[in-house]
Amino acid sequence: MEWFDSIWRHIYRAFLEKDRWRVYLRGYGVTMQVAFYAAILGIIIGTILAFMKISTRKNGKPTLFAHIANAYIDIIRGTPSVLQLLIMWFVVMSGSHNGILVASLTFAINSGAYVAEVIRAGILAVDKGQTEAGRSLGLSNFQTMRYIVLPQAFKNILPPLGNEFIVLIKETAIVGYVSLSDLTRVSNQMTSTLFDAFTPLIGAAVIYFVTIKILTILLAKLERRLRKSDNR
Amino acid sequence: MIIVKELHKQFQDNHVLRGVNYHIHPGEKIVVVGPSGSGKSTFLRCLNLLERPTSGQIWFDGQEITSPKADVNEIRRHMGMVFQHFNLFNNLTILKNITLAPTTLKLMGEEEARENALKLLQRVGLSDKADAYPASLSGGQKQRIAIVRSLAMNPKVMLFDEPTSALDPEMVGEVLEVMKELAESGMTMVVVTHEMGFAREVGTKVLFMDGGNIVEENEPQEFFNNPQSPRLQEFLSKVL
Repeated sequence: MEWFDSIWRHIYRAFLEKDRWRVYLRGYGVTMQVAFYAAILGIIIGTILAFMKISTRKNGKPTLFAHIANAYIDIIRGTPSVLQLLIMWFVVMSGSHNGILVASLTFAINSGAYVAEVIRAGILAVDKGQTEAGRSLGLSNFQTMRYIVLPQAFKNILPPLGNEFIVLIKETAIVGYVSLSDLTRVSNQMTSTLFDAFTPLIGAAVIYFVTIKILTILLAKLERRLRKSDNR
Repeated sequence: MIIVKELHKQFQDNHVLRGVNYHIHPGEKIVVVGPSGSGKSTFLRCLNLLERPTSGQIWFDGQEITSPKADVNEIRRHMGMVFQHFNLFNNLTILKNITLAPTTLKLMGEEEARENALKLLQRVGLSDKADAYPASLSGGQKQRIAIVRSLAMNPKVMLFDEPTSALDPEMVGEVLEVMKELAESGMTMVVVTHEMGFAREVGTKVLFMDGGNIVEENEPQEFFNNPQSPRLQEFLSKVL
């Protein structure tokens, strides 16, 4: 009972006293905003890159676009995201004071490279016979992609794409480096206000966990629905 | 109907077709046999340009389809193709598999395509599968539907690439039966197969390919009873 009392006092101090929950909520808002914008823009960038990367010339060799996409993906995957964030904040967009904008763009550019690989792999995993059948009926390359390959590729893409979203949400925890007050940063600051590290940090961890758990459940639901045509 | 002249196909240093010449007339049922690696599938796939020939010309209905100006998609509408592994569209129901091309290419309205598809399904005895997905069908059923899907485009010629090779033995018959009926209806057909019985019974001409060329060509009776080249004699002694 005493133990429970002490826990409750800690929770009360860390979250309820002086309406401190508002601080976490604001931080959570920043985290989710950055993750959301980055995810949307990252999918767009990733899709464009994926199609650039699989584009071939008439003789089967990769196009100039494919080489550009390759270089982009190589560079982004070959450098730490913290560094990319710092470079965006202090060099590329040093004139901007909108931290959410800079962070969202950074994570979109970063995530786009990974999403591109996910989409590319998903498209290539669709049996070549599907394309051949479509083309043999007189459908154009675009129509075959649109009606046959992409719907099947989407099923392959969804699980690793969901994984990418999850990574993205957690990776935004580094935005404190450019003084954005996200969930991780505000809970970290709270530890010095309260002289209590345990409660705010565990609290933040629980919030991340619940968010990602909900996302996981939603993705699993969507996946099950898409598998309808596989039922025997 | 289809004229093939000096057709060559090379994959890197692998010279698969070495100057094939042939003339297919309307209504003919050409059966192509030969050992694996002889180039028979590649030959067939060149006819609708799923493989781009390295050199040589192909004419279809008086139009040179190997010319860079030829509209490949337009040409393929008139040539049906049936694959060894069926290649039904896994994401679509059987009905949508059949109606996708005619409706997408605006050759038929939604309703007309649907009625036509149901009629074709009835012809192969699979009307009850219209709303099923390919994953729930047996190999023989899939292949019959693949044939029907091609027929829905009203092709002038049908190409078959080893249509029974991936089937369980007991399902071969039902697919050959559909092909026989199709032959009797007057369809021009080019069939790559290992089914010698089918070649003998349905073929108007049988071609023997080996080493990237047509080695021998004859009417089925003569082809099987009186093979000329030693290579064909050897081949037949092994498969018959």
